[in-house]
Amino acid sequence: MTPPPSATPIADQAARATPQPVAARLRGISDRALAWWFIAPTVLLLLAINIFPLLWTVWLSFTNYKANRAGRGAPWLALDNYHSLLNDADIWLAMQVTGHFVFWSILLEVVLGFGLALALDKRFRGHGVWTTVILLPMMLSPAVVGTFWSFLFQPQIGLFNYAVGYFAGVDPGAFQMIGDVPLAPWAIVIVDVWMWTPYVMLICLAGLRSVPAYLYEAAEVDRASTWRRFCAITLPMVLPFLMLAVLFRAIENFKMFDMVNLLTNGGPGSTTEVVSITLKREAFEKWRTGYSSALAVILFVTVFGAANIYVKALNALRNR
Amino acid sequence: MSYLSAAHSVVEPLPWAKRIAGALVALYAIISIVPLLWILVTGFKAPADAVAYPPKVVFEPSLEGYVNLFTTRSRQTPEYVASLPPAETWYDTLVRARGMVIAGPSKFAERYFNSLVIGFGSTFLAVLLGTLAAYGFSRFRVPLKDDLLFFILSTRMMPPIAVAIPIYLMYREIGLSDTRLGMILLYTAVNVSLAVWLLKGFIDEIPREYEDAAMVDGYTRLQAFVKVVLPQAATGIAATAIFCLIFAWNEYAFAVLLTSGAAQTAPPFIPIIIGEGGQDWPAVAAGTTLFLIPIVVFTVLLRKHLLRGITFGALRR
Amino acid sequence: MRTLRRLVIGAAAFGLASATASTAFAQGKPLTLCWAAWDPANALVELSKDFTAKTGIPMKFEFVPWTSFADRFLNELNSKGKLCDLMIGDSQWIGGSAENGHYVKLNDFLDTNGIKMGDFVDATVRGYSEWPKGTPNYWAVPAMGDAVGWTYRKDWFARPEIQKAFKAKHGRELAAPKTWEQFIQVAKFFQGRQIDGKKVFGSYIYTERGSEGITMGVTNVLYTYGFAYDNPKKRYQMEGFVNSADSVKGLELYKQIYKCCTAPGMSNAYMSEGLDAFKSGQVAMQMNFFAFWPGLYKEMGPDKIGFFVNPAGPKGRATQLGGQGISVVSYSDRKDEALQYIKWFAQPEVQKKWWALGGYSCLKAVVGDPGFKQSAPFAADFLESMNIVQDFWAEPIYATLLLNMQKRVHDYVVADKGTAKQALDSLVKDWTRDFKDEGKLK
Repeated sequence: MTPPPSATPIADQAARATPQPVAARLRGISDRALAWWFIAPTVLLLLAINIFPLLWTVWLSFTNYKANRAGRGAPWLALDNYHSLLNDADIWLAMQVTGHFVFWSILLEVVLGFGLALALDKRFRGHGVWTTVILLPMMLSPAVVGTFWSFLFQPQIGLFNYAVGYFAGVDPGAFQMIGDVPLAPWAIVIVDVWMWTPYVMLICLAGLRSVPAYLYEAAEVDRASTWRRFCAITLPMVLPFLMLAVLFRAIENFKMFDMVNLLTNGGPGSTTEVVSITLKREAFEKWRTGYSSALAVILFVTVFGAANIYVKALNALRNR
Repeated sequence: MSYLSAAHSVVEPLPWAKRIAGALVALYAIISIVPLLWILVTGFKAPADAVAYPPKVVFEPSLEGYVNLFTTRSRQTPEYVASLPPAETWYDTLVRARGMVIAGPSKFAERYFNSLVIGFGSTFLAVLLGTLAAYGFSRFRVPLKDDLLFFILSTRMMPPIAVAIPIYLMYREIGLSDTRLGMILLYTAVNVSLAVWLLKGFIDEIPREYEDAAMVDGYTRLQAFVKVVLPQAATGIAATAIFCLIFAWNEYAFAVLLTSGAAQTAPPFIPIIIGEGGQDWPAVAAGTTLFLIPIVVFTVLLRKHLLRGITFGALRR
Repeated sequence: MRTLRRLVIGAAAFGLASATASTAFAQGKPLTLCWAAWDPANALVELSKDFTAKTGIPMKFEFVPWTSFADRFLNELNSKGKLCDLMIGDSQWIGGSAENGHYVKLNDFLDTNGIKMGDFVDATVRGYSEWPKGTPNYWAVPAMGDAVGWTYRKDWFARPEIQKAFKAKHGRELAAPKTWEQFIQVAKFFQGRQIDGKKVFGSYIYTERGSEGITMGVTNVLYTYGFAYDNPKKRYQMEGFVNSADSVKGLELYKQIYKCCTAPGMSNAYMSEGLDAFKSGQVAMQMNFFAFWPGLYKEMGPDKIGFFVNPAGPKGRATQLGGQGISVVSYSDRKDEALQYIKWFAQPEVQKKWWALGGYSCLKAVVGDPGFKQSAPFAADFLESMNIVQDFWAEPIYATLLLNMQKRVHDYVVADKGTAKQALDSLVKDWTRDFKDEGKLK
């Protein structure tokens, strides 16, 4: 290695003569200062763009501020906004719709994703290529996906109805995924499952890969059946990975806006109005800034709280 | 070395099991890719073919979708069209054949350009800040390190709409509404959490011995960071950069709420490409295709690191 | 990976540089006019070439499709954006824009330049320019007169076998409907019929949920059933006017039309889907704004397309007002030049040319001209419709009121939630709460 450029000859000599940590301090910036310089910009940026606005939102949630009538100021309402929110049937409906969406999409993604991972784990010929093909949907923009699926779901001109009609013998014009009240919630589930099954699949695959070989060897010796092997070894070892996947998907789907907005726009009526769409309408169309801030706070607390509990459970599982 | 190639089990699957697994996966992959292929194909249909019922699988390909994507047109009477000087370019001819005249370029190229600028700008900043912070968290004893790291992660738990409300008000006051700089700052703030977590994972994997050896040789900590750690982390930095880029590229909620013209990216634009009547599906499909091409390229490049990227670095290998 | 890294860093630096550079760039010379992206906008581009020729000021246009029009430009106005110098904003924006200072008040300008509001059709002045309504305070010059009307497939109606079948079924000649009973008969008659080897459907009506679609559709039925927004003698008293027994019947009729006589897949459809459905031969009758008739007529020809005014209900004739006025945005740096544009636009010769190119002039001199009715097959219908128009609330909180109506109507008509009475009762509750919030009600 080439000798470093020396700051001053005297500091150099002194540094060489002194023990390591002191040397670091005499040469250049100290470790502690460096740590500060390295981390501070990130923390400051996050404070400015995330924390300060969050505090502002909390403050706004106690007022009746309307962003399009800024001249009217922000009359103080204390907890009135929260009170109206928790008593508003439409808000509860939106939560219910979101819950239905999160539950079913995650359930189907877990079943399909885990199944695909198990199949891919067999490492048949060409699995690399197929994996890359399967991975594509999750890399796309949810907004663009929502748009072109709305095209695919059209009853007269869309591919989906014709495919279903062809394979299931149903008349293609007989049902509308986006227009029929019972079917619309499933339309958003289908598109989400299409997009994010690869996500769960990838994580489960990592989980399957992480199972040490000797466990299976031992099971072989014990002449355990495939099913027994699966239940006693595979499933418990993959479970933490699965839970991680479920955590991330749950958080993302709870926040979901882009895809649902462009696919169904919350319709028909309010049957697919997930809570983010309600929030957008209250905040940016009705301009009820104070009210929507309260809703935002409630959502954040919900997600944060749920994530915390979940992570604790996950850690407990890992340490078992 | 593909992450899929390492064997984990001495129990080699039976050949028939492999074949069934292969068939099932192939079936799923094909079903899953058909929507994308359909969109790709729709981009090359004439507008009437795109909305034909039943859907046309066999059709005459046309570049109308792409032409419509990049131009604005107005319909004129046949006499007016006939009275104009003959069409010079192939796209002029195409448009005139439909009884329309090109009125000017559409906003698509601008939007695509904005996506590039905002995407790369925010990625650059996020990776810069993220690398520094990740190194700090990895190597130094930072007080409240775990709490700070969780705090950084939790900034991503708010629904984007919720975050957008105060940002909208803030930007309105300081004049950053609908500016590229404002969007870059916002995307950087959102991406930096991903960058810190991913890069910390990468940097954790680089043995400290290298830096220590360098410092024993007389390098300062900072020099060791630049000359020893960064080159080693190059792959990780590139992978992180691409993940940040993908997020900024695909983002819709902030773009649609905080921009209206000058700084608008492609995602808010593509869904509202209207033809003469309803949505111009070939143009939307064409826009979608052009928008997806970088993503497809990145997916193929990033195959090895996808797992890490989608789990914020929690899972590797 | 090294090259990739350099590439990424280089591109990022470029991105940052151009971002900062663009904000430093000075404002260009052209005036920017913001409107919705539709046929008349293209006509306006054509028309404005005359303005550029006369004054040398180039024009730039910012057009946004209707479904995002209100969102985008109200956002722009609320953020005090400088994108638009001139705004052709929706008629319902007048209240909000006047009270929040988005538009420049035009009274002085009009007086100085001798432009008289009396020269414009009264309904358009009231609908597009005045705030508060009924007072001589003008915030826009009527630019585009519009109302909801109907088209029908003239060629189908002219076929002998179809005429015979209709006469056999209903005992009268097949013709464009004049009342809602006739409308339902015609729509049901065409629903599911095979024409030219394809199944067709009776009608197309507005059902869009996101912005204003279904409201702009349902009001055409409601008004003819006597629906009123409030007590004409006591402002903001809505109980018994919004949810009167007649209004309930009207709302039920709209749902009946949706259920019995429309094409599948039209649960969230507004203006553009209607044009598609009609052009492609899916429906026999289409509800849409007059603004589209010039383009549609050019495309389909006189044999295929016929027009009729909104059918009458038990309480008489009415139709929903469309149209916009042109205003000067108060945040613009080029207000004087913007006013020049308005001065040019208001001239009778320009207004005549506007009508000829496909825009709907509101100048009495143009629409009152004896030759006007013959100038286009839909001109007479347009005149008749403009005499029977009614408009939605133009209050500053119109957006909230509109969204509430969108929700309640869509929930009932498309999503089968509750009864018509329940929907209208909830709407009264919503609106009462909104007006209380505003301080207009105690």
